[in-house]
Amino acid sequence: MTSYDVAVIGGGIVGSAIARLLGGADLSVALLEARGDVGDGTSKANTAILHTGFDAKPGTLESRLVARGYHLLGEYAAATGIPVERTGALLVAWSQEQLDALPGLRDKAARNGYTACEIVDAAEVRRRVPALGPGALGGLTVPGESVICTWTTNLALATDAVNRGVRLLRGHRVTAVHQGADATRLTTTAGEVTARWVVNAAGLGADRLDALFGHDRFTVTPRRGELLVFDKLARPLAPCIVLPVPSSAGKGVLVSPTIYGNVMVGPTAEDLSDRTATGTSEAGLAFLWEKAAALMPALTEEEVTATYAGLRASAGRDDYLIDLDAGQRYLLVGGIRSTGLTAGMAIAEHVAGLLGEHLDLAQRAGLPAPPRMPNLGEAFTRPYQDAAAIAADPEYGRVVCFCERVTRGELRDALASPVPPADLEGLRRRTRVMNGRCQGFYCGARVREIFEGENE
Amino acid sequence: MTERVRVAVIGGGPAGLTAAAALAPSVAGDVLVLEREVETGGIPRHSDHPGYGLRDLRRFMSGPEYARRLTGSAREAGARLETEAMVTGWAGPRTLEVTSPRGRRLVEADAVVLATGARERPRPARLIAGDRPDGVYTTGQLQNLVHLHHREVGRRAVIVGAELVSWSAVLTLHEAGCRTVLMTSEYDKPEAYTAFRVPGRLAFGVLVRARTRVVAIHGKGRVTSVEIENLDTGQRHRVPCDTVITTGDWIPDHELARAAGLDLDEGTRGPRVDTSLATSVPGVFAAGNLLHPVDTADVAALDGRHVAAAVLGHLAGEPAPGGGVPLVAEAPLRWVAPQLVRPGGPPPSRGKLLLWSDAFRTLPRVTATQDGRVLGRARLPWPAAPGRVFRVPYSLVAGADPAGGPVRLTLA
Repeated sequence: MTSYDVAVIGGGIVGSAIARLLGGADLSVALLEARGDVGDGTSKANTAILHTGFDAKPGTLESRLVARGYHLLGEYAAATGIPVERTGALLVAWSQEQLDALPGLRDKAARNGYTACEIVDAAEVRRRVPALGPGALGGLTVPGESVICTWTTNLALATDAVNRGVRLLRGHRVTAVHQGADATRLTTTAGEVTARWVVNAAGLGADRLDALFGHDRFTVTPRRGELLVFDKLARPLAPCIVLPVPSSAGKGVLVSPTIYGNVMVGPTAEDLSDRTATGTSEAGLAFLWEKAAALMPALTEEEVTATYAGLRASAGRDDYLIDLDAGQRYLLVGGIRSTGLTAGMAIAEHVAGLLGEHLDLAQRAGLPAPPRMPNLGEAFTRPYQDAAAIAADPEYGRVVCFCERVTRGELRDALASPVPPADLEGLRRRTRVMNGRCQGFYCGARVREIFEGENE
Repeated sequence: MTERVRVAVIGGGPAGLTAAAALAPSVAGDVLVLEREVETGGIPRHSDHPGYGLRDLRRFMSGPEYARRLTGSAREAGARLETEAMVTGWAGPRTLEVTSPRGRRLVEADAVVLATGARERPRPARLIAGDRPDGVYTTGQLQNLVHLHHREVGRRAVIVGAELVSWSAVLTLHEAGCRTVLMTSEYDKPEAYTAFRVPGRLAFGVLVRARTRVVAIHGKGRVTSVEIENLDTGQRHRVPCDTVITTGDWIPDHELARAAGLDLDEGTRGPRVDTSLATSVPGVFAAGNLLHPVDTADVAALDGRHVAAAVLGHLAGEPAPGGGVPLVAEAPLRWVAPQLVRPGGPPPSRGKLLLWSDAFRTLPRVTATQDGRVLGRARLPWPAAPGRVFRVPYSLVAGADPAGGPVRLTLA
């Protein structure tokens, strides 16, 4: 049984970012993921927005880390090729109450250090988003809000961690914790793992793991968010992210372009008790359809390409819960909701700050360069469009998935990557394959064959 | 790199191959068929059962055999067939961006024939809620899995839809050792011909439930059941199964048509065409199930033969005809193809208008009116039924006044 200096539990964006950072130090680090693949929980199904943090609660840890993470991830994206589209956002007021709330939101943004917001009138709202339904009274611009690829972010961080020597242990669900004087022994579904320090970044399971360490400080409520994804042909309708004005009725439904060139409407917000309830619901889909019709009527003439439901970890509190217990050599990173995508790298930095008092986290010399990730963004050149790439390697000219224009070369690369997919879903997240309008009508069988052939 | 050809045909299915076969002998210069799959032949390639070639070749053969036959004809006629060549966009009104393992290039053509076909709406487009397990396929994907890739499917299937293609799914499942335990249809009665339904029921023991919809799919990992609702009583229950096939509910593959800015028809969602199959952009034509989602392969093929005359006219420098009277399908008719009658234009392929009905009529009466005047009326001996094309003689609208308003088609 191998013993590690640190075991990070949870291969989502937060856990991967932490493992990557710790992996840069002179430490042995394991990244444990309960599922078969990294990013297969909350991280894979969020609204994929790189947040400025303009609407966070000022003074919170979340506000600080989102603002910091916005820059960290922006820079990391440029270095690794994680696609980001700087679309900007527009909060649209549909009622007098919402219109009256705009100045307060602008001031709140300023208190979060974000001063670029502007209040615009109804005519300007219409000019910016002509396809919007009737009735908008005004809006607030947030020029820095952007859309990003959440899948690639997670994979880049995990790949980087692996390249730095972190041991990625997938299919390791922690079922028991035995604390010794110098080390903690974790019983997992795939054997035991021992580490001096344990970081709990288990997302939806963070409270249960916390309980295994003997704590009773928070409860994760799985909050289901359902999403409708409209066909790429709808993309011109949504030139920027259209956000609702938060009100007493909650955060509301947004209309957003996706990095893959689609238009997304959602999410719903429904607190559940079942942490595996990732199915969509009739009521949720009907609600979103109505919302789409009201917010952007032309959307209802377009095809729905996909419907999703994701669970985000609602901890019933207004801030992240990041706490180090030196006696237990245990650090909890809990209550990280959807802002965790943006904040992940800043959370890692914060965690390193806490751990740095107990471990030497000086970065090693000669660390490998950040990985160069394949581009999944529709706004940037993809292999099928790249004459030079095809000339050098004809497999980039062999289109397998017609809707998403994914080539054989990209599938091959994904299967041979440092963090290869465990299943077809994982292959989808690495390449976009089968995510298009036909959902596998043309390529499903072929992709399965390629996936299994490569695994033999 | 730019390549110049006389005619570019996009799509190597029955319509595209037949168009190429018809054009190649009469065209000086290249007739190039661009097919994105590994082989030409289109959807029939995946349908390893008989029923193909009746109307166009006057034969009765299997899908793969039909696909081979059409491929051979196009090749023998002198057309150039390029596979694994995907048109991904336009660089001009008749200039195509093409990706293939041989490179990325532009193909500039004097005439373009769009023959990109149609596909079935998959589960998300139908907004069926629930889990996202394995085992949910369209008919197309099922046939592909079973016939081309020889994959296992489950043991108990529920089929959403009871169209002609739904019975094709039953056959495919049967061959793969999977029993169809239920077919659902939201219509008043199952859509497909009684000729299929009765033997289908007897041979395969398939229960067909009309006025029923699938509201949710359950199962983690693999499908375990579907939840169905009786549309009249609202009653629901679960049907255990491990496979769900969503069938029919067609949409044209109209991405390139939309990207080209062609006028589209709201009913078919394909390009609007006149009876010669010319689209709204001069030099761009369309044929096959892109125009009428979805008719049988032989009818698509005959479109390919029909479109050749207009393409040759364009190549000979004939000006694109203007004007024309639009045809409008009134509910319960959902769409009509073609949609435009032009003065002096030819009758449509086979002298038939193709329509889609959302209601059953056993002895349907179709009336064509223009500006309140009855142009034509016919009682047809064949039924109008959801889930398959309803054919109406062109003679009903042939006398339309070229200067008059839209011609309305009604069903009684």
